[in-house]
Amino acid sequence: MTREEITAGLAEILEEVAGVSPDDVAEDKSFTDDLDVDSLSMVEVVVAAEEKFGVKIPDNEVQNLKLVGDAVTYIVSANATV
Amino acid sequence: MSGLLAGKRLLITGVITDQSIAYSTAKIAQEQGATVLLTGYGRLSLVERVAKRLPNEAPIIELDATDPEHLERLADAVREHVDSIDGVVHSIAFAPQSCLGGGFMDAPWEDVATALHVSTYSLKALTAACLPLMAPGGSIVGLTFDASQAWPAYDWMGVAKAGLESSARYLARELGPKGIRVNLVAAGPLRTIAAKSIRGFGYFEDAWAQRSPLGWDLTDQVPTAKAVIALLSEWFPATTGEILHVDGGFHAVGG
Ligand SMILES: NC(=O)c1ccc[n+]([C@@H]2O[C@H](COP(=O)([O-])OP(=O)(O)OC[C@H]3O[C@@H](n4cnc5c(N)ncnc54)[C@H](O)[C@@H]3O)[C@@H](O)[C@H]2O)c1
Repeated sequence: MTREEITAGLAEILEEVAGVSPDDVAEDKSFTDDLDVDSLSMVEVVVAAEEKFGVKIPDNEVQNLKLVGDAVTYIVSANATV
Repeated sequence: MSGLLAGKRLLITGVITDQSIAYSTAKIAQEQGATVLLTGYGRLSLVERVAKRLPNEAPIIELDATDPEHLERLADAVREHVDSIDGVVHSIAFAPQSCLGGGFMDAPWEDVATALHVSTYSLKALTAACLPLMAPGGSIVGLTFDASQAWPAYDWMGVAKAGLESSARYLARELGPKGIRVNLVAAGPLRTIAAKSIRGFGYFEDAWAQRSPLGWDLTDQVPTAKAVIALLSEWFPATTGEILHVDGGFHAVGG
């Protein structure tokens, strides 16, 4: 899966879970500061992303996922090691 | 199906992530042969996603434990799935930020009232709502954090837990004649959503690491869930009003 495909997948999840417009989602956007995703929504985004991309995103990683691009990078690397 | 809870039907509250104590409890209950119904609060879409990770499907009933209408509807909502229940798990707590993390002297009554409503009174409210569904042999289990002393940062939640512990004893007194047991599990600190919202939770992590004779894993909900399962089972038939510590032995030893 390419970075673009993962970003698009995350955009779908963000729309469904937190009502974020897909047009606003880009790798340089911060989940909390730019996209207004609150902490419980972020928990759900992570759960949904785990299902969608078949990865496990442990708690201590979630703290490091500030930008959409951070999540993309994590999912790419997690997929590579599956 | 065999297992410690074979044939039992349980109502389990408090699943919000797969780290919730209630999630591990539901998982082990299913593995032990129980039919599990969940209640969900607030973000039901998240509860649904998390419930899909359980070994078996579990219906989700919406329940705000402070909402009288939800409580009144609960028994009928349960009856859409099973005609009676053998056990109830209360795994519910909440306190506004002002009540936790060192603001004991400043928290306003409205916030304290919320903490007590959700975390203390809800045990009685949930129990009363479930009683019409329960018969002799039934078991109600809640989760506490040892309220016999005052902790750093736990503040009004500590007061709420002291009230919860007392409520469980009064419920044991009320329901004993009906053959229904009411017990609590006093868990050590676990990294769940509820715990992570406590500023100063790090104190507990360090204290438990240093003092627990058995050691303590902050990320393992299974020992706590197993104790809940045991209390729901038929293996504690003469135990009620009890608080079972699942804390690596922390409460038993000096610091
Ligand atoms: N995590 C710990 O360190 C620890 C230690 C001892 C006891 N406990 C207790 O265990 C229980 C479960 O907490 P957890 O640690 O699994 O955290 P959690 O955040 O996973 O669970 C707390 C649950 O309470 C629910 N809740 C909050 N307000 C509610 C309301 N009005 N109506 C219905 N449900 C409501 C939430 O939806 C959530 O599912 C709580 O009673 C908690 O105090 C936790």
